[in-house]
Amino acid sequence: MHHVVLDRWSRGSTAVHRLDPRAKIVSLLLLLIALATAKHSVPLLAFELALLLAAGFCWARVPVVGALARAALVLPFAATFAGIAWLAGDPARGLSLAVKSYVSALAVLFVVSTTPLPTLLRGLEAMGAPRFLLEVAQFLYRYLFLISEEAQLMRAAAAARNASLEAWRGNRERFRAAGGALAVLFVRSYERAAMIHRAMLARSFEGRIPTLSINRFTTRDIVFVVLSSAIPWALRFVTAAS
Amino acid sequence: MTPLIEVRGLHYRYDDGTTALAGVDFQLESGESVALMGPNGSGKTTFVLHLNGLLMGEGKVVICGLQVQKKHLGMIRRKVGMVFQNSDDQLFMPTVLEDVAFGLRNIGMEPEAAAARALVALEAAGMPPAAAGRAPYHLSAGEKKRVAIAGVLAMDPEILVLDEPTTFLDPPAQRSLAGWLSQLPQAKLIVTHNIWFAAAICKRAVFFREGRIVADGPVPEIADRFGWDFAAQPAN
Repeated sequence: MHHVVLDRWSRGSTAVHRLDPRAKIVSLLLLLIALATAKHSVPLLAFELALLLAAGFCWARVPVVGALARAALVLPFAATFAGIAWLAGDPARGLSLAVKSYVSALAVLFVVSTTPLPTLLRGLEAMGAPRFLLEVAQFLYRYLFLISEEAQLMRAAAAARNASLEAWRGNRERFRAAGGALAVLFVRSYERAAMIHRAMLARSFEGRIPTLSINRFTTRDIVFVVLSSAIPWALRFVTAAS
Repeated sequence: MTPLIEVRGLHYRYDDGTTALAGVDFQLESGESVALMGPNGSGKTTFVLHLNGLLMGEGKVVICGLQVQKKHLGMIRRKVGMVFQNSDDQLFMPTVLEDVAFGLRNIGMEPEAAAARALVALEAAGMPPAAAGRAPYHLSAGEKKRVAIAGVLAMDPEILVLDEPTTFLDPPAQRSLAGWLSQLPQAKLIVTHNIWFAAAICKRAVFFREGRIVADGPVPEIADRFGWDFAAQPAN
């Protein structure tokens, strides 16, 4: 089975991965504020921050090119609004919006790709995020894997009988068959989800997924927060002044 | 002496109207291992799901002196360790160690203590310590089964329920699992179609048909009576 790349990246063992999730969340928030509130020389600032984040990805031994490419997933959405701003006669604002969105996505990706989701959610919980929302996020995450597994199994079964996605294109009947397959995927995923829930209940699950990790905010985390927050803000002021 | 499991007149009907259990009576004594046999859809899995309150039908189900009711579920689920047919359904945590420690953390054990006990359970299940940090979905079928059982054994249950434990396992893995399981001190209930596997672990078998237990006796006798081939020991 193929599994989500981000999950694999987040299971690293570098110093960045070992940082307390709260340190990374605080640094992320401060970086996002620095970027979002910047008004002057935004493309240059965004470029500098992207370089900073790329260095962070190298430090965490996460493939930089892969991370840069994945962050670009936000561009189609950002480009829509950037295009509107451009058409409204404010191209600078449009460009600013696009680069801010891209670098923000890159920053979020940095945190997500260096922190396993359960640990990240524990960090958010420790910072006062609503537990209910976090539990929903964790279940969504687990069931995302489940749907992915079921989809891969169905695809393999279909391929074994000479079906392929390419063959479905442009053919209404086969498109309908693909719709049916989606419905089956939903039912299969639902049934497997019920089995997993039973297995969880059988081991005394009472609504909260526990982890073995213990959040301990150490000097190393404080140093990380100070440096990773100071650098973006310093860059912002220096770039604006120049 | 109080039996570990006492079931009287158990009935269960699924939401779609299918009658799965039509009056099951069963008793399991301490240290006993029993194979649950019978054709597909005869009610074996539905029956074992009642033993720790995952399903609740009509009738009396008593585990270690505790009636299966909502207020006793916490205690009962510590006493009955259930290993599901598909290990993938049971392994849902990001790493093997976290998965084995899942139940321990749920009952309030501190992370360090839970991790230490999970490591002991993994070792008892024949998994090397290096496996603790691996993702469960990267394991082989045999390893997954062992991790799933380790997750249950870590809870130190009095009764071990295994639903089709040989599913997805090759013959050497089946033999290895049988040897290991037969050494465990817990009472065992094993849902299986594999007569060789049943005979390797259990002396007694019950045979389900249409939601009822229709026979109870030694494994070879039950297999012979219902015309189930007594398969030879799995080859290498």
